[in-house]
Amino acid sequence: MSKRFFVGLDMGSSRTKVALLNADRQLVGHAVKKSGTNFAATAKACLDVALDMAGGTRKEIAGAVSTGYGRTNVSFITDRSKTEIGCLAKGCYHYFPQAITIIDIGGQDNKVINLDAAGRRGSFKMNRKCAAGTGAFLEEMAGRLDLQLEEMNALAQQSREMIKLGSFCTVFSATEVLESIRHGKKVSDIVKGIFYSVIRRVLEMDALTEQVTMTGGVVEHNPYLVEMAQEMIERPVLVPDFPQLAGAVGAALYAVEGEGDPPAEPGWGGAKLIWALQ
Amino acid sequence: MMDDKKTVRKKIQTTDQMNKIMADYFYGLNQAATTGSQKVAWCTSVGPVELLRAMGFVVYFPENHAAMLGATRTSNEVIPTATAIGYSPDICSYLTSDIGAYLKGITPLSKAYPGIKSVPKPDVLVYNTNQCRDVQDWFAWYSRTLGVPCIGVSSPKCISDVTAAHIDDVTRQIEALIPTLVSISEQKLDLARLREVVSLSRQCTDIWKEVLETATASPAPLTFFDSAIHMGPAVVLRGTREAVAYYRLLLSEMKERVGSGIAAVDGERLRLFWEGLPVWGRLRQHSEIFAGLKANIVASSYGSSWIFPALDPDDPIRSMAKAYLELFIVRADVYKEKHLQEMLEKFRVDGIVFHDSKTCPHNANTHYGLPQRLEMKTGIPALVISGDVTDMRCISDEQTKTNIEAFIEQLEEGK
Repeated sequence: MSKRFFVGLDMGSSRTKVALLNADRQLVGHAVKKSGTNFAATAKACLDVALDMAGGTRKEIAGAVSTGYGRTNVSFITDRSKTEIGCLAKGCYHYFPQAITIIDIGGQDNKVINLDAAGRRGSFKMNRKCAAGTGAFLEEMAGRLDLQLEEMNALAQQSREMIKLGSFCTVFSATEVLESIRHGKKVSDIVKGIFYSVIRRVLEMDALTEQVTMTGGVVEHNPYLVEMAQEMIERPVLVPDFPQLAGAVGAALYAVEGEGDPPAEPGWGGAKLIWALQ
Repeated sequence: MMDDKKTVRKKIQTTDQMNKIMADYFYGLNQAATTGSQKVAWCTSVGPVELLRAMGFVVYFPENHAAMLGATRTSNEVIPTATAIGYSPDICSYLTSDIGAYLKGITPLSKAYPGIKSVPKPDVLVYNTNQCRDVQDWFAWYSRTLGVPCIGVSSPKCISDVTAAHIDDVTRQIEALIPTLVSISEQKLDLARLREVVSLSRQCTDIWKEVLETATASPAPLTFFDSAIHMGPAVVLRGTREAVAYYRLLLSEMKERVGSGIAAVDGERLRLFWEGLPVWGRLRQHSEIFAGLKANIVASSYGSSWIFPALDPDDPIRSMAKAYLELFIVRADVYKEKHLQEMLEKFRVDGIVFHDSKTCPHNANTHYGLPQRLEMKTGIPALVISGDVTDMRCISDEQTKTNIEAFIEQLEEGK
């Protein structure tokens, strides 16, 4: 009997993630690449890596669902899509089948999603049109400190005296960081303050009513953020094995179930506001 | 799950008639202002328009003009000009759009109505702060710039119950406007004419209410986006026979649609409520997102803002005061919560969308926990989208789309 694979393709603002499930819903292949400017090429490259890992071919793909900001840019593989909110919910509930509050820290968005014990979405929140607390914020701060992103986690862990940032705004925070540099503060202490700022921003988005679960690329590459969150909310936080893949896994689960929405059709016959320009 | 059936667009036939009366209105204003045949009053959208019409003024509404600047996506060309003279980008973008457009000599009226070169020059500016303080500051700028008198009503705000004391206060303030208006219009106030105008205004709003309530039918014959446009005559022509006649036609068409089971959104699967101002620069885009998802926004608090059941020709001025105070925007959260709950039940709504308009906190009921309380009380899910009434710099289209799609997914999964 031939193998059957189900693809979840999460085309994020910063990174593209592919999760490949078998019919038993086991993760058998995956890949993450920078989204770049050619979404289709990146998605194809991710898919090939994931298929190689699973020992499969494109002909063995039985279903695919896309998600993320570029979800409608990957018609070469599927025109079925779900929002990242839906996919994150699906993916996290797959790993933690209980009432959960998901905190996802992505490249451009933060999301807080509440699920009941049956996995139904009760509510969700996304950050406002502001990069504070997102991966983009960390990237900006890393640049100011002349650091590679992957250096930040270890530095934050080394800190003994955190420098807190007071501002809401990424630009103002950058000014605060520069001020700390001028005053000769330790880079590790500044980085810990930056991490603290990220967690503070996401914790104020919603009441964390259920068992907290954290996902997203920022969480995967900076596990110290999870430790900080646990300390701040004084509760344990669950993290799936591949937090960056949670949305892609959710999309693949929708593919297993044969779901995903076709593209929406426009359809309003309303008039224009300028009455004479009909 | 969505099906693949293409959603059919349906034009409201009465739109042509609306376009005609709106064109007549703007050309009439232009004629009055350029020839001096009639005095021109500028009025806030829920200002004492009945009094102004009764005293022979033709009435222009800068808020309507600002909405046009937003809808034509002109606002962002002109807001920086107002900002540069000291009007913050954080305050009402109607104000900054309109003042910026005036400073730059731009008006969408010129393109829409050939021959109109500018907004009509006012003889008097009349405000009512029942909506916000910004309207007073807005008119004050024109008063200083054009050397025109600016008078108005400083309304009580955030009131739970409208009391006799509130009504007495506003009644006295409206009465106090009369001497100035008499001297400008050179006409005495004719009480019989005022009663007539108030009666026409009441008829207009009663029929408009009936129009909106046809959307209690399933499927609904109109959308919030239709109402945002077809409210035009209720805003700028209430108190006239033309507005009453127009809404009779529109009501008839909506009733026909209901009778024939014609849906504004083909295959209506979800019924939503919109709280807050429209995003004028994205009206069509938002309407298409919702319609594409087979979701119809069947009602709104905004559309209902031009319904004044208190207007009474037998007691014209006092009833105007009461009508302007009973407005949703003037009320405290206790009232708003109750009112919204009633609307959600009446229109059998599956979900409510709150528009958090960045520069209009007075008309964005998302800052004091109201969505959360309402959701807790009714069990009807709420979505808050960040946006603005005209300033498109405050909008992330992709984030809005994701929010809406995720909300619809949530509602469909919960059905």
